[in-house]
Amino acid sequence: MARTIDYQKIVEAVKSLCIDACYELPHDVLDALTEAAKKESNSRAAKILKSLIENARIAADEQIPLCQDTGLAVVFAEIGSECLIKSTGSAGRTIYDAINDGVKAGYKDGYLRNSVVAEPLQKRKNTGTNTPAIIHCTITGGDKLKLTVMAKGGGCENKSQFKIFNPTAGRKQVIDWIVDVVKNAGADACPPFIAGVGLGGNFETSCLLAKKALLRNLNEKNSDPFYAEMEKDLLSAINSLGIGPQGLGGDTTALACLIETAPCHIASLPVAVNIECHSHRHKSVVI
Amino acid sequence: MTKLIPPLTEDVVRQLKAGDEVEISGVIYTARDMAHRRLCQAIRDSQALPFDIKGAIIYFMAPTPARPGKVIGAAGSTTSSRMDEFSPVLIEAGLRAMMGKGYRNQAVRDSMKKFGAVHLFTIGGAGALISKFIVKSEVIAYDDLGTEAIRRLEVVNFPAIVAYDAASRSIYNK
Repeated sequence: MARTIDYQKIVEAVKSLCIDACYELPHDVLDALTEAAKKESNSRAAKILKSLIENARIAADEQIPLCQDTGLAVVFAEIGSECLIKSTGSAGRTIYDAINDGVKAGYKDGYLRNSVVAEPLQKRKNTGTNTPAIIHCTITGGDKLKLTVMAKGGGCENKSQFKIFNPTAGRKQVIDWIVDVVKNAGADACPPFIAGVGLGGNFETSCLLAKKALLRNLNEKNSDPFYAEMEKDLLSAINSLGIGPQGLGGDTTALACLIETAPCHIASLPVAVNIECHSHRHKSVVI
Repeated sequence: MTKLIPPLTEDVVRQLKAGDEVEISGVIYTARDMAHRRLCQAIRDSQALPFDIKGAIIYFMAPTPARPGKVIGAAGSTTSSRMDEFSPVLIEAGLRAMMGKGYRNQAVRDSMKKFGAVHLFTIGGAGALISKFIVKSEVIAYDDLGTEAIRRLEVVNFPAIVAYDAASRSIYNK
């Protein structure tokens, strides 16, 4: 027996997620900033980190978005195969429509910035609704619907990169390239970063893995000890760069490096790095 | 701490050094990607600019909408390097300071040296915090660009750090 979820319930959930994500920095990010501020040996870097913590307090207390770039709304929907989405009075409306309606309402009622243009090259006219959202749906077991909204800024997304290595490339070659991508992001992409890394898959899946990696709690290691160790080594190498908060120098260039992996072709070793700024805004709900 | 009150003179700008902390009070203007393209086109077409660029400070910023009764929403800087291809034209036209985050290329730095201009840094991603220093905001041009329209802002003790000065010095280790 399938469970029915009302269309409007999804709209309301997405709307709230958009607003909450843009006003409240997740606890793990705030904790990581606080910890970094304590450890930072560069006094100006420590001051910047404290300003970011203060910014998060003002955002939550006074309902001003954490950052003016409230991003593209990237929405992940994990749909239980026993869910039915019911839309009264608007036949043919799908979960994609519900999510976009939610994003539209969230960005309007939450006083968030509309940062989507309708097409990339001709007129680049702002759609005025921050839609369409970027939507990734997957089917899971059960009768629940898990929705995650990530407000992904443009400055850091611009510095993300993808490369396919030869399958014979080793751990060191991959690490060196990832560190180089972060170095290239530098001051422009609002460090301290969170580096989301997708290893394996193919052209499109490695990029998606890199984005999904960003959704993990910053304190959660990869479940495979080999990749957990690689995350640790990457973070250490990145923080040795000395870029520091906002690129003005310091020990804190990244707060975390998170790797997700997938099987891949015998000919390929795809690697994607999704750079995320310190304003790491995402929130989930299960319906 | 150096107080800056626009319009800035060449003399004032040339005294600033990379790493100096400054506080701006008075009128500054916002412009980012598309607005820069239009400003440069206007200069090429010998048309008047929507504001007096002589001595001006341009802030690379596009805010979130203001809540009712509020001056502005979140108002932090965007990535400055995207304006690199346009800034030299504006510097030659009299722009004295730009404000944003991240690196500037050599062409911009050369223009800053030649004509006397600086690039100021504000903390990227601190949009809520920075909004507190803005006391008035008004769209004055390119309204069709939405959030990217040019705004005239009045700021009080707006904090920034000189990131690139007019003598080719930089705060960045790069």
